[in-house]
Amino acid sequence: MSESVLILGATSAIARATAAAFAGQGYALYLASRDADELRRIAADLRLRYGVEVRHGEFDAEATATHEAFFQSVVAAMPNLRGVVLAFGYLGDQMAARDFRVGEKVIAANFTGAASILSHCANYFEPLKSGFIIGISSVAGDRGRQSNYVYGAAKGALSLYLQGLRNRLYPSGVRVITVKPGFVDTAMTYGLPGLFLVASPQDIGERIVRALDKSADVVYLPWFWRYIMLIIRHIPEPVFKRLKL
Amino acid sequence: MGTRVAPVSGWGRYPVQSCELERPERYADLRPFDGGLIVRGQGRSYGDAALNEDGRVLLTERVNRLLDLDAEQGILRAEAGVTLAEILGVIVPKGWFLPVTPGTKFVSLGGCVAADVHGKNHHRDGSFCDHILGLEMILADGRRLPCSPAENAALFWATVGGMGLTGIIGEVTLKLIPIQNGYMKVHHRAAGNLEQLFQLLEDPAMDDRYTVAWLDSLATGQHLGRGIAMFGHHAASEDLPAGLDNSPKPGRSRAIPFDFPAIALNPASIGAFNAWYYAREGKKREPFLCGYDPYFYPLDAIGNWNRMYGKRGFVQYQCVIPGATAFDGIKALLGKLADSRRASFLAVLKRFGAQGKGLLSFPMAGYTLALDLPIRDTGLFELLDELDQIVLKCGGRIYLAKDARLSAESFRAMYPRYGEWLKIKNVVDPKNVFSSSLSRRLGVDGDMA
Repeated sequence: MSESVLILGATSAIARATAAAFAGQGYALYLASRDADELRRIAADLRLRYGVEVRHGEFDAEATATHEAFFQSVVAAMPNLRGVVLAFGYLGDQMAARDFRVGEKVIAANFTGAASILSHCANYFEPLKSGFIIGISSVAGDRGRQSNYVYGAAKGALSLYLQGLRNRLYPSGVRVITVKPGFVDTAMTYGLPGLFLVASPQDIGERIVRALDKSADVVYLPWFWRYIMLIIRHIPEPVFKRLKL
Repeated sequence: MGTRVAPVSGWGRYPVQSCELERPERYADLRPFDGGLIVRGQGRSYGDAALNEDGRVLLTERVNRLLDLDAEQGILRAEAGVTLAEILGVIVPKGWFLPVTPGTKFVSLGGCVAADVHGKNHHRDGSFCDHILGLEMILADGRRLPCSPAENAALFWATVGGMGLTGIIGEVTLKLIPIQNGYMKVHHRAAGNLEQLFQLLEDPAMDDRYTVAWLDSLATGQHLGRGIAMFGHHAASEDLPAGLDNSPKPGRSRAIPFDFPAIALNPASIGAFNAWYYAREGKKREPFLCGYDPYFYPLDAIGNWNRMYGKRGFVQYQCVIPGATAFDGIKALLGKLADSRRASFLAVLKRFGAQGKGLLSFPMAGYTLALDLPIRDTGLFELLDELDQIVLKCGGRIYLAKDARLSAESFRAMYPRYGEWLKIKNVVDPKNVFSSSLSRRLGVDGDMA
């Protein structure tokens, strides 16, 4: 029976491309998302294109009380689960900063929900002494900016969480990879002004899967974002606070 | 959902118009927009069919999932945004092929329906719509409605060939044809003039499932219409020599990295190419094997080949002329073209079978001629208007998927079932939500008001 990967938040363009890249390597897949109709469509497509087993189930990142039962159902369906890709995320809009009801949703989706499901994943892989967890965070989490700091704060918290998890799971031989994509050509960014060096979801998906064969713990995608963020992180705060970013 | 305003054109790169692009990723986000929209798949129609100047254009490129393949019956169901290239990649290894394919595989499935495309087998197998088992339409009021020749048939026959003006084509169910491998068995016959070429295309003893002719558009006088008839069919297992893999690998694709200067394709360079091509291809009288990819899609091997025609773009002039007047009509068209000293790099002649039931479908029994003509000056448009008059006099018509300049008046004369189509359009889309630069140019909007 082939090894399988769980994709959490499987209906985004990056998740779909990552699932395709795993399927291309022969992995079976379990796709999880809130959108049952999209899951059916994406699962059928991956089965036909790659000839791999693809299952799917409904998963709501914000409904943390359901996560344990959900994860158990995945393990029951996919006894050969090798890894998890956490791909869900919610950008929200400018209102997130002014209206905490919006901001709360951004934090719940990007961080609280992620921390909840990842705890179940970690507890599963730790005693197995193998497996991988790939968390898709964001370069937005590297420094707070006025334009999207609620999203950035949630993603930054996720990056820290993944860092701690990596530290915890290292002795067990479980890989934890933090992926930080820059601008990717998805529905989230389509039509936004001021984007540059925009990568395709296919490219990001393939690089995410390739990261497993390399040793990096934190992967910027594409690679040059590491250096862009290095510069941005090192702008002194007295200067940074004056910038319109 | 975000939208993006950008200059857009069809494959002919003329006209270029500013459109507001929306690119949904979920099937549920394929929705009509009250302000009016047209759907665009891969943008491989040549003119303004997938443009909506200063209006909304809905891109389907990300709603491209294969949904179901019945490998026993050869029935495929997929979202309309998927390309034929993606479909072929899945079905050919399983022993199936597209029942009808145009000359590029980089078109969307929905575009094939909306233009009711034809292939080299039209004279035997009809057009794309003859192989559609069903569509799921998303109508102007947001309703999802299945249609097929048996169910909501009026909507079906208005949609195939309807250039996206009846609604959003969401899903397509298609009947495939069985093949034994990915190879074609092909042979060629050279014809020294148009009369010989017509004889080759008409000869039942010569005929094959896929029959088409290449024409030397620069040949004049006694050589007018010289060309090569090309006959082919899917190879059987016993046609393959031992050791040949069943599925040929698609050839490598090269891209044209920049716009050629307008002068690159001129009568001298095209004439030299045509002479070489005529001599080389005409010799292939003995049947030979050819992968399906180079056979059906030779130009797909050159990415962005539309850039060969320079920055100002080109027009593909494709007409069909009914059988009785076809020879004289096509001779007159080629004569007029030769007199103008405008060379067409690509010139293709093909015999069509009977007209189908699509109300705005292009094919009719007769001969179709396709010419690629670079835009260098406005004189081209005057010449094309004159060609239209020949086509009209012969009772023929112009292919809307290729068109960028036909007049509303000529359109009405060429498409006698337009009135019938308009009645259905008025029922399914009374507020004219689905509107394109093409439909406005042809006066559909005026007829709806």
